Amino acid sequence: MAGTAVLERVTWRVAKVVAVHDETATARTLALAVRDWPGQVAGQHVDVRLTAPDGYSAVRSYSIASAPNSDGYIEITVERLPNGEVSPYLTQEVMIGDELELRGPIGGWFVWRNDQMEPIQLVAGGSGIVPLMAMIRSHRSAGSSAPFRLLYSVREPETVFYRDELRALSNQGDAAVITFAYTRVTPKDWPRAPSRIDAELIASGTWPPALRPTSYVCGPTLFVENATDLLIAAGHDREKIRTERFGATGERK
Amino acid sequence: MSATMNYLDGNAAAGELSRIFATDLTSAEGQCANCAAKMRFAESHLYSHCPGLVARCALCGHVLLRFANVRGRLFLDLRGMTYLRIDAAKQEEASN
Amino acid sequence: MAIISRGFAGRRSAAEAKLPPGQYLTTDFPVLSAGPTPHISLDRWEFTVNDGSNVVKRWDWKSFRELPSETITTDLHCVTRWSKLGTPWEGVSLDVLLADVKTDLPYAMFRSYGDYTTNLPLKDVMNKQAWIAFKYDGADLEPEHGGPARLLVPHLYLWKSAKWVKGMTLMPHDKPGFWESLGYHIYGDPWQEQRYSNE
Repeated sequence: MAGTAVLERVTWRVAKVVAVHDETATARTLALAVRDWPGQVAGQHVDVRLTAPDGYSAVRSYSIASAPNSDGYIEITVERLPNGEVSPYLTQEVMIGDELELRGPIGGWFVWRNDQMEPIQLVAGGSGIVPLMAMIRSHRSAGSSAPFRLLYSVREPETVFYRDELRALSNQGDAAVITFAYTRVTPKDWPRAPSRIDAELIASGTWPPALRPTSYVCGPTLFVENATDLLIAAGHDREKIRTERFGATGERK
Repeated sequence: MSATMNYLDGNAAAGELSRIFATDLTSAEGQCANCAAKMRFAESHLYSHCPGLVARCALCGHVLLRFANVRGRLFLDLRGMTYLRIDAAKQEEASN
Repeated sequence: MAIISRGFAGRRSAAEAKLPPGQYLTTDFPVLSAGPTPHISLDRWEFTVNDGSNVVKRWDWKSFRELPSETITTDLHCVTRWSKLGTPWEGVSLDVLLADVKTDLPYAMFRSYGDYTTNLPLKDVMNKQAWIAFKYDGADLEPEHGGPARLLVPHLYLWKSAKWVKGMTLMPHDKPGFWESLGYHIYGDPWQEQRYSNE
């Protein structure tokens, strides 16, 4: 069944909420059991559709956080946006047992496949960690030996997603090298003042260009543009940088 | 500054476009009909805060693709690209 | 058949009595745009009227701002279903701009910086129905809302009120603009709910 993950016709499917878990004060992970789920590749996303009783509906895209598996479950992590329309519902209203409509898996470019052997540089801004976490999890579950490295920029320590899992990984040392960057508030005695990612952090916290890594950059648009510019300035080849921009999307029907 | 960053990228259009294309469009390569730049559709800048979806060249800003869902009738305008190359064989081989 | 999402209402308000069909009320001012926000310096800004073969009128920012302006308070209706009531603008009426343009051509294509276009019958921009607006709520119009100046045709869906407008070309026949050529209605009256073309 080679290629079913990408070639399966994308249609709306019913997804049942089977577990919820708060990642931060404003972000929640939903575990979903999806009827006839065809499987996914790390980095792909789904569209979620909510429909009000009068027929009004809203669609938003969310990256899959869980590693590909064959049991028909996926996890998405949703950050609640101020004045959001769908994210407050998914982070506050939804309960175990509720059914949602979901379309996917979507995307074949911003993906990591477990036959990729080259070094991988992940660069996340805020909730941009979600598809990159799927890659880290996929890397681990596949037993891949591709060298992985993560640079994760957050506002403050309390906004880190998957905190315990990332800490455990960085303690293992071999699976992934993780560098945190804080833009507003740092942990106590942190060696670096709060600031945006800059050239110095790219130099110390990412693979050198000589290793020819493939980079995956995900976050808000401004973050992605800055990080990509810094990677290119550091000597990385534009062709080896893949990007995905997050943000509130417009109204769609 | 952030006011000018009001775009996403082609990844965010892939769900809607999957209603038309049988294969993944984000990894497809398109050539801008204005500046001749070649890029993956995922790399185009997507404007979704408008009645439809508008994908623009990441280099020159030229409109590459326009899409509108008009009560279930899907309008697609690809005039902004000289070609769109979909690596179907590669997608068919891909597995994970 | 969509599944109804228990407890989901969307970002809508109940007070919708005064609104055109299918609209909901918003109090913020959503920014909708089909492209990047152009930043046009005032010393390079111009507005031109083209009769189909020649530029027959041209204003730079200084001469445009010397024209008599008026304040308008009006409701906005966007085809993406939000409406905003009582928005305060200042602008120059198209009646002023077209006062000494003599033409039999019944349609116009409005053009913007950033290459956006929208078509309108000339009669819909005359007789105190349309303005080139340069202030919103007493302040210079911000670039993201169409500054330095945008078309304001509030009796039609808001996509007709072209942001960053730079000129109009008169036409003998109606011709679809940017959204009108992609399935949106050629005229766009919100009270008739003319969102989409009917072909």
